[in-house]
Amino acid sequence: MAYSQKVVDHYENPRNVGNFGTGEQVKKRTDIGVGLVGAPECGDVMQLQIKVDESTGKIEDARFKCFGCGSAIASSSLATEWLKGKTLDEGMAIRNTEIVEELSLPPVKIHCSVLAEDAIKAAIADYQAKHGAKHGAKHGAEPGAKHGSEKA
Amino acid sequence: MRLPIYMDHAATTPCDPRVVEAMLPYFTEKFGNPGSRNHAFGWEAEEGVETARRQVADLLGADRKEIVFTSGATESNNIAIKGAAYMYARAGAGQSGRGHIISCAIEHKAVLDPCKRLAKEGFEVTFLDPGADGVITRAMVEGAMRPDTILVSLMWANNEIGTINEVPEIGALCHEREVVFHTDATQWAGKMPVDVDADNIDLLSMSGHKIYGPKGVGVLYVRRRKPRVRLQALVDGGGQERNFRSGTLNVTGIVGMGKACEIARAEMDADRERLLKLRKKLEDRVTAALDVVQINGHAEKRLPHLTNISFGFVEGEGLMMACKDIAMSSGSACTSASLEPSYVLKGLGVGDELAHSSLRLSLGRWTTDEEVEFAGAKIIEGVTKLRKLSPLYDMHKEGIDISKIEWAAH
Repeated sequence: MAYSQKVVDHYENPRNVGNFGTGEQVKKRTDIGVGLVGAPECGDVMQLQIKVDESTGKIEDARFKCFGCGSAIASSSLATEWLKGKTLDEGMAIRNTEIVEELSLPPVKIHCSVLAEDAIKAAIADYQAKHGAKHGAKHGAEPGAKHGSEKA
Repeated sequence: MRLPIYMDHAATTPCDPRVVEAMLPYFTEKFGNPGSRNHAFGWEAEEGVETARRQVADLLGADRKEIVFTSGATESNNIAIKGAAYMYARAGAGQSGRGHIISCAIEHKAVLDPCKRLAKEGFEVTFLDPGADGVITRAMVEGAMRPDTILVSLMWANNEIGTINEVPEIGALCHEREVVFHTDATQWAGKMPVDVDADNIDLLSMSGHKIYGPKGVGVLYVRRRKPRVRLQALVDGGGQERNFRSGTLNVTGIVGMGKACEIARAEMDADRERLLKLRKKLEDRVTAALDVVQINGHAEKRLPHLTNISFGFVEGEGLMMACKDIAMSSGSACTSASLEPSYVLKGLGVGDELAHSSLRLSLGRWTTDEEVEFAGAKIIEGVTKLRKLSPLYDMHKEGIDISKIEWAAH
């Protein structure tokens, strides 16, 4: 299958790779929300971290790491680009279909965009949970996220 | 060195130019139908087919009369498995208890699916699970044998991981129990030595395009004596190929198949030795440079030219994208139409993530040392790049046990 130019570009020059600290470190920081979605046995895992300006409520920075195919990497890379400068509500409004359109993903790769949307929602929900807020987390990601919580 | 490099010879091989040369006259000058018994055009074509039949028989240690030409290994497997089951059935169509068949969970689909069809038609099928090393042993087959077992079908070497089953030993067991033994030798014959008598084989499938011959032609070996194996034909018509496979013969393909077998027989030993060295070099190179790398399948009982390697915390399709100058395969779900990871690697019972992280590289007659060097370097570079992106590799480095995390399967 041929990849679109945009997928190749994100794959070869992924934007905003990394994190704002180890899992333990970011857990303690109230300005950071973390989304970890997917599963290794399904072949893709996305980790998305957002850094929120607590005074304005805007996402000032975002970082990702991804275990997955080129389309999964491109979807999460694109998500970080889109999130920067957005409010939490605007971030919550990002739909996987927009990612599909932007990256020209074929039908078999739609699940990559769904995972990216899940990662965004999980990261925002995690931030909101740290602030005791309930609003906005309509989709999939209850506080304390069902994704990626460590077993006792 | 020309890019891209082809390292997917288990999928298909280029035609050897000597094969193409042998085929060419049969398209234009010697175009006759070997079934035309009354003129020179037919005789000429028949001569080409009979030469090929002898070349194939010589490769397998068989008699010419035991060679049936087909359209490929898939058809050969279908004729062998369904043809034998229908012939040796213990009860008629529409009834249950028609007989027991033994195969294996990591066979090619061209064996699994005929077996599954038979299971719906009143036969009982046992699909053996190999151990983590992927090898099916005589003892495993013996443990599954029943008084009503009529057929055992097991591949000689696995197409994804290259592991080698105990075929001669399993064949001997089948002969002791008077059970028909079929082996899908698509990945084996033409690369490794075959002697159908010494190896106790009743039915053997092979394909032209895996051995530097053309696509669209294959062979089914059918034992004629000790014991004489009978099959119910699946395609009815003109009665060609001793009634096993009706239809005008694919003369050009058959001539090419014959030539490919002749070359394989002459060059097999040298090729095998050379490719084993190259494969080891490739494996040594990546395992020395990278951590958490696993070579899948039995350490020794493997084809010399094929390797299947899992690179922990890196997804196979993503890795192939990083190595776009190398043509290879992956067990990753993303590379399959079904979006399921390789059932072969899953079948080893060593975890799905291993399948997602796997690459299959299969070397061939024209693979060079320089190409192996290049592929090794590219793979190392790709894995290193993707591990920098991988959240799982971070967790591994932080000492987190990934298997202990409650992942939400999606």
